Amino acid sequence: MLYREAGQFKSSYAADMAIFPIRQDRVALLLLLAFAYVGVPLLAQLKIWPFGSDYLLRAILIPFLILALGTIGLNILMGYCGQISLGAGAFMAIGAYGAYKFANGVHLPLAWLGSEISIPPLPVLPSILLGGLMSALVGILFGMPSLRIKGLYLAVATLAAQFFFDWVFIRVKWFTNYTPSGSVTAPELKIFGLTFNTPSERYLFCLVFVSLFALMTKNLVRGNLGRQWMAIRDMDIAAELMGIRPLYAKLSAFAISSFVVGVAGALWAFVYLGAWEPLAFNIDRSFQLLFMVIIGGLGSILGSFLGAAFILILPIMLDQVPHALGIPVTVETVSLLVLIITGALICYLLIVEPLGFARLWSIGKEKLRLWPYPY
Amino acid sequence: MLLAGQVLEVLLGGLLSGVLYSLVALGFVLIFKASGVFNFAQGAMVLLAGLAMVRCLDYLTHHEFPIWVAVLLALLFAAGIMALTAWLVQRFVLGPLVNQDGLTLFMATIGATFVLEGASQMIFGSDVYPLRLFPTDAWIIGDGIFPGGILINKLDVWGGLIAGLLVAGLAVFFQNTKTGRALRAVADDHAAAQSVGIPISWIWFVVWLVAGLVALVAATVWGTKLGVQFSITFLALKALPVLIIGGFTSVPGAIVGGLMVGAGEKLAEIYLGPHIGGGIEYWFAYVLALLVLLVRPQGLFGERIIERI
Repeated sequence: MLYREAGQFKSSYAADMAIFPIRQDRVALLLLLAFAYVGVPLLAQLKIWPFGSDYLLRAILIPFLILALGTIGLNILMGYCGQISLGAGAFMAIGAYGAYKFANGVHLPLAWLGSEISIPPLPVLPSILLGGLMSALVGILFGMPSLRIKGLYLAVATLAAQFFFDWVFIRVKWFTNYTPSGSVTAPELKIFGLTFNTPSERYLFCLVFVSLFALMTKNLVRGNLGRQWMAIRDMDIAAELMGIRPLYAKLSAFAISSFVVGVAGALWAFVYLGAWEPLAFNIDRSFQLLFMVIIGGLGSILGSFLGAAFILILPIMLDQVPHALGIPVTVETVSLLVLIITGALICYLLIVEPLGFARLWSIGKEKLRLWPYPY
Repeated sequence: MLLAGQVLEVLLGGLLSGVLYSLVALGFVLIFKASGVFNFAQGAMVLLAGLAMVRCLDYLTHHEFPIWVAVLLALLFAAGIMALTAWLVQRFVLGPLVNQDGLTLFMATIGATFVLEGASQMIFGSDVYPLRLFPTDAWIIGDGIFPGGILINKLDVWGGLIAGLLVAGLAVFFQNTKTGRALRAVADDHAAAQSVGIPISWIWFVVWLVAGLVALVAATVWGTKLGVQFSITFLALKALPVLIIGGFTSVPGAIVGGLMVGAGEKLAEIYLGPHIGGGIEYWFAYVLALLVLLVRPQGLFGERIIERI
């Protein structure tokens, strides 16, 4: 009744190709953005439930936004271009350490040339973006095999990136500026003279990044490049015969995906963790992002957000249940139980809806459009 | 001569430990061949089999059973657990997912991995349980030829023998039994096999059972080497490069891949490692696999991938 596009006539091509063609979608999105930008910080400022303490912002909303960004990045590669990657954690790590190096100044002595590369410490914003750029470069490098290898073989090959960079950031002390423990600390978040310290400020910092990147990706995937990716995903040989260059399409997907994942990694390190060690980006992180993409829905930006929310919040909720019910169980049992339930739920969701939350969402929208009639 | 002896020792040690990787990779190959499922849960199955076996063994020896009876009963118990797991996985996870995309099935096995890891530790405990089925000391051979001789770990030799027996047994099973023939038919074409009356769900149960038993064998060897503990599940990650070097669909490929990875990573660790920081065992196998894939995209022994429009 409310959600219906009847009567919304398109009188120009531009209106027909608009990013959100249905008016109700636009209104809902604007309301959501208004709430995210104004409502949440306001509630946090006034300490109204559920923002009574920082917990919700600090431990749920900030990681949710950053992981959603990472999921969008991985979704570009997996959902739109059809290249499976199990190395997303490594690209997050490259983004994080790249940003760290740029923020602290790069000194790379090149002994055999008799010179050295020396870059003074950069401000936070360029550091984060340059970290993403480093990740994009490495992404292109590790994307090369995709021109020859396909499917699950490629998935295992991308694990090479994961293990190699795990090792690099532990063993090569240059990346951690020779700190004895191998753990590094992020610089102060300061952009154009503004300092981001409180959870609300950090939340807004992430929110700006995430909304800009989501908008960028949404536009990218409905343009020329996105269509090339989807053609490659659906059948790469047929796409090639139609004149799409696989080299260009696949490597651009790897580059852009790695860039977004790298920026997410830099934000994860700078905004969420503050101080971190290589373990923060190990293979578990890769699998976490992978689950977010699959559960959310391959090839859907909205799905990336839904998947990220589900996978992030599920263990946190499950952790609270025994507490809330007052059942005395040990921490270890709880963590094992969470593992079992998470695994079982993932299997269940895959069986019920292999296409993820994005598919459920579109079914729901279809139902809403017809409501109150059955068809 | 000192150098030659050292190289030979490293090489032999590497080859033998490579066979142990093959043991884990074999389970992957079996399931992939028969059902096209890339089974990430193999590592968790090794953990489950190992824990079931070692806990049962501890219980029985505690109640003063003679050792060989205890070992036999423990093996039977673990095999029963693996059969139960195979049935549960087939019934509740893979059965409903028939005809889904390979990636979805892969994700489902990751979900199953979580469940198996959690459940096995919850039921059988999550400590390190030592297992002593095979001797763990070493032989020294060729003392006259090389100064100091060559050190060979007895456990690795046992592992090699068992892997050889296992491959021979599997070959006989696949070639000469009715179920084996049905398995190969299913591997060739699910729909065609179904149409001539081969019960797919039964065949998949058998495959998962066989993979479970291979996991049990791997667990006895690896459990003796490392103790039965959670970190044994990381073997799955070690076995993946072995798998892609050999090819997803080849049993001999799993063995050859294991040998290459084992020998390669030990040699690289000793002769290359010190120059670039050490610990390269961690990623060497993957980079080796990547290089092999660039030359042969289907692995060394994999079936040629033919694509049609």
